[in-house]
Amino acid sequence: MTEKKIQLSIGGMSCAGCVASVEHILQAVPGVDSAAVNFVEHTAQVAGSISAQALIDAVIAGGYEADELKGTAAEAEEKEAAEFTYYRSLLKKALVAGVVAAPLMAMMLFGLMPMLDGVGRLFWAVVALASLYVLVYSGGRFFTGAWQAFKAHNANMDTLIALGTGTAWLFSFLILLWPTLVPPDARHLYFEAAVMIIALINLGAALEMRARGKTSEAIKRLIGLQVKSARVVREGKEIDVPIEQVELNETLRVRPGEKIAVDGVIIEGRSHVDESMISGEPMPLEKGIGDEVVGGTLNKTGSFLFSASHIGKDTALARIIEMVRQAQNSKPAIARMVDKIAAVFVPVVLLIAAITFLIWFNFGPEPKMAYVLLTTMTVLIIACPCALGLATPISIMVGVGKAAEYGVLIRNGEALQRAGQLTTVVLDKTGTVTEGRPAVTTIIPSAGWDEEKLLNVAASIETGSEHPLAEAIVAAANARGFSLSSVDGFEAIAGHGVRAQVDGARVLLGNRKWMGDHSIELNDLSEVAAGLAAKGETPMFLAVDGVAAGIVAVADPIKGDSKAAIARLHKIGIKVVMLTGDNAATAAAVAKQVGIDEVIAEVLPADKSAKVAALQAKSEVVGMVGDGINDAPALARADVGFAIGSGTDIAIESADVTLMRGSLHGVADAIAISKATVRNIKQNLFGAFIYNSLGIPVAAGILFPLFGILLNPIVAGGAMAMSSLTVVTNANRLRLFRPEGAQQ
Amino acid sequence: MIDVMVNLLALGLMGFIVWWFWLSRPHLKQASGSTVIEVIVENGIYTPAHIEVPQGVRVRLGFERRDPNPCAEKVLFDELGIALDLPLGEKTALVVGPLTPGEYRFSCQMQMYRGSLVVK
Repeated sequence: MTEKKIQLSIGGMSCAGCVASVEHILQAVPGVDSAAVNFVEHTAQVAGSISAQALIDAVIAGGYEADELKGTAAEAEEKEAAEFTYYRSLLKKALVAGVVAAPLMAMMLFGLMPMLDGVGRLFWAVVALASLYVLVYSGGRFFTGAWQAFKAHNANMDTLIALGTGTAWLFSFLILLWPTLVPPDARHLYFEAAVMIIALINLGAALEMRARGKTSEAIKRLIGLQVKSARVVREGKEIDVPIEQVELNETLRVRPGEKIAVDGVIIEGRSHVDESMISGEPMPLEKGIGDEVVGGTLNKTGSFLFSASHIGKDTALARIIEMVRQAQNSKPAIARMVDKIAAVFVPVVLLIAAITFLIWFNFGPEPKMAYVLLTTMTVLIIACPCALGLATPISIMVGVGKAAEYGVLIRNGEALQRAGQLTTVVLDKTGTVTEGRPAVTTIIPSAGWDEEKLLNVAASIETGSEHPLAEAIVAAANARGFSLSSVDGFEAIAGHGVRAQVDGARVLLGNRKWMGDHSIELNDLSEVAAGLAAKGETPMFLAVDGVAAGIVAVADPIKGDSKAAIARLHKIGIKVVMLTGDNAATAAAVAKQVGIDEVIAEVLPADKSAKVAALQAKSEVVGMVGDGINDAPALARADVGFAIGSGTDIAIESADVTLMRGSLHGVADAIAISKATVRNIKQNLFGAFIYNSLGIPVAAGILFPLFGILLNPIVAGGAMAMSSLTVVTNANRLRLFRPEGAQQ
Repeated sequence: MIDVMVNLLALGLMGFIVWWFWLSRPHLKQASGSTVIEVIVENGIYTPAHIEVPQGVRVRLGFERRDPNPCAEKVLFDELGIALDLPLGEKTALVVGPLTPGEYRFSCQMQMYRGSLVVK
């Protein structure tokens, strides 16, 4: 075994003293050269000629918990390789069974099968041996699986296949040995049926496996964002190492055009980073020393060094992948009933097979034994609990993955199902409908002033203020590169405005009342200000030496796509309500601009949850959209809580749905994907139920008394193999779904 | 005579199916003193499939998947809201608890692999 470095996550360390204990355990493992445990991060770095499993076993035996900190990409590759190997083995098994079955089937079709006497018996003896080989080689796993399940008081798919094909082979073999056991016209042999069924089931399983691979394409795309190697700075040299070997707090170099390997903080250099793949932010962001960078995002122009703050499964991207994976594995309420049926399905089919046996044995026509065997075997073979059990999870898997493609992280199957039932969507204002960043929107100078001069004076006087509106004005001046003037005698009166001497002039900045208090004539500005307020802006008047100089209006701009997203919600019949702590006039103005139906303004943060409950009391199914921290109680209260996130901040774990791209389109997308997924589940369940509830009675021979129709066990085997494949293929159709009006 | 015997045999078989799969309780694997339990996922079943643990303690279940069948790739604890991916050929640990007394079932996505964790 070659020398390598392995990183482990260690659980169960309650005190720093455990560090020495775990290090001791690791160092005692044969082949370990060095082991260092980090108590803060709960990780261990081990070097030597070792296997990760040996280390994990040793740590666990020592009373702690351990897992390998591996890149998700490496894990995905291993999984894909294992799946491919299994797929190949299934195909090979199907091929071997097919090679034996095909000539037999051809002979049967052309009526070339010899009789059970003389040379004919010898022929059948060879067939019996060949089919036994197929049963062991291609179908052995069904028999071992069935036996193991039986011992555990369980019955599964293997039970049905093993019983069906095993009975067919055994009965045929007994007839071959002692033909006189049954009357001459009942001496049918089913070796070819047993072999063909095994071939078809293996082929079906292989095809299903390929189709299943496609259902996890969304997560593969996320995994594909991860990089495989990183350039680390060790002992002053820059070297490329596999991503698994990057250590915490290690310095990494990122060159222009490269993907950032792990999460970290820039310690040298500047650059623009494209984070669109995670946050949906289309413009590359400028980053400098102290700024955080996210693994998987793309460095554009500059080169920089950063210190790794999160590695392996702790990176934001790995956590997003894990969250999507967890959601894909979860089940909505619709699956519970199906689970109950699936859990008893196989024993019930066994009972139906026994009843079929009894009915044909007692009331069937001659040759009785041939009919008994044929119908009982066909019942066992046609029943397919897999299609039933697969119907919901496979669609959830594709649906959750589809949502992730649109930047919508759905916590679980339950939320996915409920999102499609919403009747009302409640929106928080600041940061949800609006950007959440107040900015200067309008500057109206009076005669003798210009915009630049007005903003310069306003920003100068506000330099000393900490009010959010003041910060917006100073930020606007800074963005234009103004050099601000000196201020003397600054004074701020809360709820009114500020006053000071700027470059020797007496300056006032504030609301209408503030101007009135100082007897400033506003003239036309008064009317202009009212117009601005009606648009949702907050106007502030500037007066210099007792004369009005103009208006600087600040507003929290509405997100560019809020209006279109709300229109999409309306289109699918959803009522949109805005819930905000802001004053009624501003709230009403914003609501009007984006087409919101109802406004509930001046609500204290603590009361938001009660307002959601009040809507629910009116039989509305409520989705609440807000930020994950301030609105957490309301999000939890709602039927579906949507947290507006910045993508990398997946600390927003209280919500059912996280909108990574911060756009309200995500709500409409989630609802559309939910509806499509639930529809897909229902199609799958309907198909699986119909298949089993029609297939089993027909296999039992219900049509025989009236129409003389009996199902061929080989046809039943083919139908069974196809039924699971059909469910997976139908779920795969969801991959092509595109929510109407979506912006990808 | 043979007909009667065949009928009786078939009825007996039906009775056995009902008893074996519904009425009889499989043996429970008891976590004697240790709360670390290794579960092998192979040949379509969990071994042990039925595990009994004392209440009020944390239990570590180590699932080792030897079965390449894709059905075995996930284990779900519905009552606990836990879904675990089981990479082939690896041990995947799950730490649960302390749990209140009761039966917590676990299964694959299609309910074919089934087991239960009984907390007493």
